[in-house]
Amino acid sequence: MIEVRNLTKHYGDKKAVNDISFTVNDGEILGFLGPNGAGKSTTMNMLTGYISSTSGQALINGVDILEDPIKAKSYIGYLPEIPPLYLDMTVHSYLNFVFDLKKCRLPRRSHMKDVMTLCKIQDVENRLIKNLSKGYKQRVGLAQALINNPPVLILDEPTVGLDPKQIIEIRTLIKRLGKNHTVILSSHILSEIQAVCDRVIIINHGVIAADDTASNLSNQVATDHRIMVRMDGEKAAVLQAIRTIEGIQYVRADMEREKGIWEYEIEALPNQDIRYEINRIARENHWNILLLKTMEMTLEDIFLKITMGEQVQMNQDKGGNA
Amino acid sequence: MGAIYRREIGAFFSSSIAYVFLAVFDIICGFFFTMDNLAASSVNLAGVFSTMFIISIFLIPILTMRLFSEEKKQKTEQGLLTAPVSLTGIVLGKYFAALTIFLIAVSIGFLYGVILSIFGTVAWMTLFSNFLAIVLVGGAFIAVGLFVSSLTENQIAAAVGGMVCLLLFFLIDLLAARLNNITWLQNLLYDLSFYTRYYEFTCGIFNLSSVLFFISVAVLFNFFTVRVFEKRRWS
Repeated sequence: MIEVRNLTKHYGDKKAVNDISFTVNDGEILGFLGPNGAGKSTTMNMLTGYISSTSGQALINGVDILEDPIKAKSYIGYLPEIPPLYLDMTVHSYLNFVFDLKKCRLPRRSHMKDVMTLCKIQDVENRLIKNLSKGYKQRVGLAQALINNPPVLILDEPTVGLDPKQIIEIRTLIKRLGKNHTVILSSHILSEIQAVCDRVIIINHGVIAADDTASNLSNQVATDHRIMVRMDGEKAAVLQAIRTIEGIQYVRADMEREKGIWEYEIEALPNQDIRYEINRIARENHWNILLLKTMEMTLEDIFLKITMGEQVQMNQDKGGNA
Repeated sequence: MGAIYRREIGAFFSSSIAYVFLAVFDIICGFFFTMDNLAASSVNLAGVFSTMFIISIFLIPILTMRLFSEEKKQKTEQGLLTAPVSLTGIVLGKYFAALTIFLIAVSIGFLYGVILSIFGTVAWMTLFSNFLAIVLVGGAFIAVGLFVSSLTENQIAAAVGGMVCLLLFFLIDLLAARLNNITWLQNLLYDLSFYTRYYEFTCGIFNLSSVLFFISVAVLFNFFTVRVFEKRRWS
């Protein structure tokens, strides 16, 4: 279990992390989502005792990371953004070193075998780490975090550099580990967080912009009102017709995909499903819809939505006072 | 500490720094042993041990340069600093690893003693005193080199910085010799001088205050290294 209370980190005048609080329960997988430089890694570095906090508290299984760092650290398996691998060692000797470093008391041979099997690195056991591919290095980094079977796992972008098959494997592994571990993982890939995590915290500019379950969050950013349509028909007429639909905010001809067939980006008011209206227009004008899909909500969109939402809220508050 | 010590010993040999250090150190010692003892028919090893002091100034920074700077550059220090070990344990693990390699290098002095004992009588107690002295000096030098290495992520900068620091400790003597007019400063500098204290040992004088001096320097600089990491964590 991890408890974070009012954690703050200043670098000079810059506030890298500003007053964040959250709790992660046993057996929960928490996703940290945020753009580069949002404060994800800084928060993780504070949780693991690599850097100290300017103020606030981080408790790992009830132990304050600053008051009793050695005890708190013994509960944590940490995979930093750049895995801390000694390139001049073989995988086997490196993991042996980590085993000793963590003062692990589990039976050495069987525990090492288990960890290497979990991370699928048995076949490179005797190779020098510097000769491994990025994906293997990442998995050795994960193996390093799993040694001594710590109850809390903190993984900073664990799937970076892996190929799609490995990404799925690692996700499955993390999900499995999440059943009896407390896991925090960070990513800037939305789908990854959605696939693995029970709960998501979005960090932006060092503050928590959202803290919710993955399903609630995706409902919140429902994308039905933003669609992309590919249909034939003369461009100007199509645009004209779409604009007549009630509640249309924005329409734009994106690109001529096939000869005489354009793709249109359409945005309506939130919570308004305009797919039926688009179909009606097409029917009436005898145009053919060749493709219709909701627009993928990118991370940037979610940020814009969440941060702009706050902005609107603030403006309304101000307006209310005036 | 044990895990870090064993890893560093392994890394010294796999990175070939240990081989280079041991070879260069013992070749230079061997040269002076041949000149001063074998060719001159002398059993006095003071010359060889004086040489060891000078070589240590230049070679010990080579031994210590990568100990922390490399960790910083490869980002492996993150693994050490988030592991359940104390900072002191990390620093001492590396310190004793370097000291072990140094011990192997200087123990060649005993081999010279054995060779000379074939031709004449060797003053074994003096030899032990010399050996103790070079180990103490090496211990202090390694702590300084380790400290410099913790300040940078560039190995070359760590090596050059370490050499300059150690050379300064050596040059204090020359400076002191020119300060006949300011007695108190001259005495102070002689008190701080590594070489003056070391020279006493090579003459066979065992001075407990010098032993404490070298140990204090080693402890002090290891403490500084720990502080460097403390400070970085809190900045």
